[in-house]
Amino acid sequence: MKSYLPADYTVVRDEKKCIRCKACVNQCTYDTHSYDAEDDIIRSKDENCVNCKRCVVMCPTQALSIQKNPNVYRENASWNYEAIKDIKKQAETGGVLLTGMGSDKPHLTYWNHLLVNASQVTNPSIDPLREPMEMRTYLGAKPDALDLELENGDISLKTKLTPQLTLETPIMFSAMSYGAISLNVHESLARAATQAGTYFNTGEGGLDKTLYKHGKHAIVQVASGRFGVHSEYLHAGAAIEIKIGQGAKPGIGGHLPGEKVTPEVARTRMIPVGTDAISPAPQHDIYSIEDLRQLIYALKEATDYSKPISVKIAAVHNIAAIASGVVRAGADIVAIDGVRGSTGAAPKVIRDNVGIPIEFAIASVDQRLRDEGIRNRASLVAAGGFRSSGDVLKAIALGADAVYIATAALVAIGCTVCQKCFTGKCPWGIATSDAWIGKRINPNIASERLVNLLRGWNMEIKDMMGGMGVNAIESLRGNRLHLRGVGLTDTQLKILGVKMAGE
Amino acid sequence: MNPLDRLNVNPFNNDKDFAGCSIFGMMNLEGKRFSSKDPVKAITNMHDRSNGLGGGFAVYGIYPDFKDYYAFHVMYLSRDAKEKTDRILAYYFNIIYDEEMQTRPANVIDPPLMWRYFVQTKKNRPANLTDDEIVLQAVMRINTETGKAFVFSSGKDMGVFKGVGFPEDIADFFCLDDYEGYLWSVHGRFPTNSPGWWGGAHPFNVLDWTVVHNGELSSYGINRRYLEMYGYKCTLQTDTEVLAYAFDLLMRRQRLPIEVVSQILAPPFWDEIDAMEPKKRETLRALRQTYGSLLMNGPFSVIVAHHGEMIALTDRIKLRPMIAATKGDTMYLSSEEAAIRLVSPQLDKLWTARGGEPIIGRVGGKKLIELSQKTEAQQK
Repeated sequence: MKSYLPADYTVVRDEKKCIRCKACVNQCTYDTHSYDAEDDIIRSKDENCVNCKRCVVMCPTQALSIQKNPNVYRENASWNYEAIKDIKKQAETGGVLLTGMGSDKPHLTYWNHLLVNASQVTNPSIDPLREPMEMRTYLGAKPDALDLELENGDISLKTKLTPQLTLETPIMFSAMSYGAISLNVHESLARAATQAGTYFNTGEGGLDKTLYKHGKHAIVQVASGRFGVHSEYLHAGAAIEIKIGQGAKPGIGGHLPGEKVTPEVARTRMIPVGTDAISPAPQHDIYSIEDLRQLIYALKEATDYSKPISVKIAAVHNIAAIASGVVRAGADIVAIDGVRGSTGAAPKVIRDNVGIPIEFAIASVDQRLRDEGIRNRASLVAAGGFRSSGDVLKAIALGADAVYIATAALVAIGCTVCQKCFTGKCPWGIATSDAWIGKRINPNIASERLVNLLRGWNMEIKDMMGGMGVNAIESLRGNRLHLRGVGLTDTQLKILGVKMAGE
Repeated sequence: MNPLDRLNVNPFNNDKDFAGCSIFGMMNLEGKRFSSKDPVKAITNMHDRSNGLGGGFAVYGIYPDFKDYYAFHVMYLSRDAKEKTDRILAYYFNIIYDEEMQTRPANVIDPPLMWRYFVQTKKNRPANLTDDEIVLQAVMRINTETGKAFVFSSGKDMGVFKGVGFPEDIADFFCLDDYEGYLWSVHGRFPTNSPGWWGGAHPFNVLDWTVVHNGELSSYGINRRYLEMYGYKCTLQTDTEVLAYAFDLLMRRQRLPIEVVSQILAPPFWDEIDAMEPKKRETLRALRQTYGSLLMNGPFSVIVAHHGEMIALTDRIKLRPMIAATKGDTMYLSSEEAAIRLVSPQLDKLWTARGGEPIIGRVGGKKLIELSQKTEAQQK
């Protein structure tokens, strides 16, 4: 069938600059560029280009420029080009439209409507370069009170706290499974987490044996497919996360196509080589909150109550009540993934339409747990579309204990958010299980870039905290008086628990 | 260059703005009662630290004839509020005696109606509630439900007197020269982050706990939300309120000693905790993990009092002043040394409080308890 779709991008090559080195030909995994020896020229197939900019960055003479194809269908405010294009695509294939990364729709981001406070006159701001500024965060259940005894000025502690995760920065790497991303990326995340004093999340694809040495900084995930879950794996991690849902695709499962299941991926996932790895939509042993409680305690029993158990849920309409149930079911950490959460592959219609923004989810869950007097019983981790330290700080002020980042981490090591992760051909070597492409990520360099990102964000958060006159992150956490809203309705402000700017 | 003798002349004849509140505490460690003379004189000396938008006194041991009854001081911003309040009080308590509080015309701004009640809890009541819990419940209900009534004192044999004006004028207004107590804590206010109104003046009180505070809690937002989980409702539009509730929660309800409470409100830094010996490290880490939301951040120095005890505490990086002194059986705490020297020129001991370390005076204890060995050494 003839495709009615014009190419999204056009490759513009400056022939005067091009030295025919073929870097672009070798770098492009979508076969956009090819060398024609007869004419000594490099030709480009525009329709293959995904605008990942790999060739542009790698071209030694800056001869390339990828531009939006101006020759697209005429669009209007209602029938924009995306809507027209999607319909044509489906008319040609009859399938579900797949996409990668988090939602790209502008109306779902509320961080831009929140502003942060600073001290003036009545309260001295603190310079984090010269005075202590404490970022350490502990995740896990906390008691309401401690049983202490005082003898001759010495305090002795009678209460024993449940296991906690120790974070030197309130930022962790979110779940990305081996298989969806390359082993080199997994290793880079693991090494960076270890170095920065935080945690990475294995995702639902197990943990390669070579990375067990980073187990003290790993949160090992148990998801609906139970891929790679065995006793040694559970014991290897610092915490275990039960994945119920994902912000990019609440209510549906996952599907790693057989071609991505290489012998290495197969070994880690404990499935035959080349078979599809299908994660069912629900966990088939969890059809109710009491079933979740059973799995939480099964995992606690299996690991001798030595690790906190996290439960990750997608932010959906009734999130506050669900989170309350999860806490009461015994979760030590509740991770909530908002509507802008990212993914390796999801139906586009679900990614862009299902779930609620993380801002409202954090605010309503934190408040609900406080109203019920159970906020101490679990830590709250927020995920889904954090783009800067400003977003992170606002999430903590709204009530999150820590955040998960994934897209930001991938961007740090090369990702350009081209949204084609589901093809498995990521030219940056990230979202692929092809070892040849995966080599493009050098864990020495990538882990350094990740540590740099965390250090930079950490310093920025410290600067903002110092400005507020706060020198410990626990005084920022849930401190919504340090936020003000702009361009929000009364109802939005009420749910966020935030005053309007000027109030 | 200006000639030296002209330096103190202000050509515009208006006062320079001095930011900051004044706090002063005076206590007889034998429990002997004394008049308002010295406390008023001392706080008057720090006049420039306040701006006339709030002053107040907490006095312990003032109602010896009614010492078995809770003394409620209530301010009414409307007549209607009094009816509602009386109904709530009658629901919870037997009212032993009530009267309009004794006042005289003074240089204060728009005084509301002030009423004093002596009450006892009723015999038929839920078995699981202590007398104190019932009082707490009644106070929270009056403050949130009546809209225009505020209980500003609710302890036994003690009372809070406060309002909008300079502290010396508030003393005049409430005829404090007629009272005697063994412990006085005093506040002159320079409001910065909340309106100057009668309920917002210091001291803040719940049961027999009072707090006077100089500073601004940058952690107020979360301190408040944490305390709300335990039934404390903040209605007085100022950050100091959370300090009073935090002390009530930790010391009265959870029975933690002040030595522990000070480590919760102004804990050591993680670096310091990490360097401690294992047992102490584990304890202090657990305190911060559990009570992180009660860390009082931002600059503050406070005087906290309840029957038999007066405590000074500053924030952990010591951003506000606090001076302590003793002379015979009398203990002094003050924002400024001059105020202490004015009422007691010859002191036995005088020292500056260290950040995050409490100074505690106890009746009968005769000596001050200081956590820091270092400070002890410095004194010698």
